[in-house]
Amino acid sequence: MPATKKLGLKQKYALMTRGLDWETTYQPMEKVFPYDQFEGIKVKNWDAWEDPFRLTMDAYWKIQAEKERKLYAVIDSISQNNAQLGITDARYINAVKIFIQGVTPLEYQAHRHFAHVARHLRGVGPRIAAQMQSLDELRHAQTQIHTISHYNKFFDGMHDWQHMHDRVWYLSVPKSFFDDAVTAGPFEFLTAISFSFEYVLTNLLFVPFMSGAAYNGDLATVTFGFSAQSDESRHMTLGLEVVKFILEQDEANLPIVQRWIDKWFWRGYRLLSLVGMMMDYMLPKKVMSWAEAWEMYYEEQGGALFADLGRYGIRPPKHEDVARKEKDRISHEVWAIFYNYTHAAAFHTWDIDDEHMRWLSEKYPKTFDQLYRPRLLMWRDMARAGKRFYNNALPQLCNLCQIPMAFTEPDDPTTICFRSSELGGDRYHFCSDGCKEIFDQEPEKFVQSWLPVHQIFQGNCGGASVEDVLKWYHLNLGADNLDYAGSPEQKMWDQWMAGRHVAQAAE
Amino acid sequence: MSVVALKPGYKGEVLDRVENFHGNQLVYLHWEDHLSFCAALAFPLPPDMPFGAILKDVLPPFYGMHPDWLKIDWSSVRWTLDGKPFTPDPGRALRDQDIRHKSLLRFWTPGLKGPRDSCS
Ligand SMILES: [Fe+2]
Ligand SMILES: [Fe+2]
Ligand SMILES: [Zn+2]
Repeated sequence: MPATKKLGLKQKYALMTRGLDWETTYQPMEKVFPYDQFEGIKVKNWDAWEDPFRLTMDAYWKIQAEKERKLYAVIDSISQNNAQLGITDARYINAVKIFIQGVTPLEYQAHRHFAHVARHLRGVGPRIAAQMQSLDELRHAQTQIHTISHYNKFFDGMHDWQHMHDRVWYLSVPKSFFDDAVTAGPFEFLTAISFSFEYVLTNLLFVPFMSGAAYNGDLATVTFGFSAQSDESRHMTLGLEVVKFILEQDEANLPIVQRWIDKWFWRGYRLLSLVGMMMDYMLPKKVMSWAEAWEMYYEEQGGALFADLGRYGIRPPKHEDVARKEKDRISHEVWAIFYNYTHAAAFHTWDIDDEHMRWLSEKYPKTFDQLYRPRLLMWRDMARAGKRFYNNALPQLCNLCQIPMAFTEPDDPTTICFRSSELGGDRYHFCSDGCKEIFDQEPEKFVQSWLPVHQIFQGNCGGASVEDVLKWYHLNLGADNLDYAGSPEQKMWDQWMAGRHVAQAAE
Repeated sequence: MSVVALKPGYKGEVLDRVENFHGNQLVYLHWEDHLSFCAALAFPLPPDMPFGAILKDVLPPFYGMHPDWLKIDWSSVRWTLDGKPFTPDPGRALRDQDIRHKSLLRFWTPGLKGPRDSCS
């Protein structure tokens, strides 16, 4: 049909989406779309949602297929050229382990739930956008699995990440974050994931991982990151659009959206503390410190965004001042968690050398030498004396973010921040006012938190001994867990490097 | 209790109610100013256990590796129970001194703040 060629993008899109929002007659609309009203969001006019991309399905397939071709060509060359030898140090791979265990399963969850949202919103614009994002997210999960599988041939801890995601104690942090989002209504989900995470906080996840990969010779991660980039700009736009759309529809929507922004800022920020630890402690070649990233990507960029949203009556997220106060410490506090419990984790930690401490001291002049250097030195001395410090008791967890209760008082970095609520004769503990307030808003939801430590004590995790539990996690004991020093991975890496030196000397 | 839910009257199951712990109750213990232990410790303990057993049997295997542990003068230790000042009685059971399921006990050991007073 030659006539279609003459259509402009706008017309073509209108034709492609024509009638998708028909009024049902056999069944009432409320029954066909049961999910988009119980949250209290009022929508007067779905057509006001303008899709700025107007991407049609045929164009979408073409663009994505082209990206796939490039990606898989790179994946082939990665395995042919033994790209695993090109990384800066085997310690780096532990960042990739956290990614495949903690982030990739969320991509898949996003795929599933954007499909749900695409089905259950009444407007054409958001349905098309959510449908395409659903496909994007499936592709992200797949490309991550395919690229990272190359490392899985050589390194430990990546052999059963999906199973681990559902069971391992620290992976309950990302898992419960997303479970919270997908069990909310569609508007909260979009505000949580598309706006708060993808628009406001995404740079703090992807820039550290992708730049960290680039700095540390990890071509595989750089490649899937690059392949996802153009999708992400669509996702971010959706995030901003959804919030503006809701706010423009009805004044009554403002307090609901504000509450969601407060909640999901805090949840996202707590989740990112794991990324902060990765940036400050796990990258052999550093990109920037967590504090610097927070300043650049949240305080500056986020500040501008919320100034802009001020015209809708939105104020910056509650407790952003706490995040600012914590920026000189959370990465150190989270490293302490994983150093304490690396015998129960599917990645390694290690003692910090002097050069790394110099960097930390330079990046954290207010806290490092006083608070964290003595701690790292004590641990290092103990390890050298053959008594590597492992915490053999189980930690108290925050009932909301599920991170061990390691965060300190906003105004006192030496005292743990304990908060709690009492309800129905039971007590619930939280790491922060932010987490406590989220619980207090919807206790009926969060009394159901599946807290790994409590589940172990209830006998639901494979047995009573640490070994039983780790087997239930599918950890390869002695390989996936424990300190990097003395690990099979270190042995392998040292052999590779010795081989390289021999080869260089022979030339 | 409140929640935003599709179903009116939606109820969530309390996963951590004391009945699920096979006769034990959860108790959290935290040694202040020693953050090389990253967080408070969680233990399932029998409610009729005397408090003294916490100090004698429960804590030493875990905190004992810290160089400060043996220096503690227990007569000068300050305690709080769920945020309030507390004077434990070593001979009495946990349940008899209001240490309940998921209670938090924090203790301060004067003069001890880890290496170079870093609260580690
Ligand atoms: Fe994605
Ligand atoms: Fe995305
Ligand atoms: Zn928390």
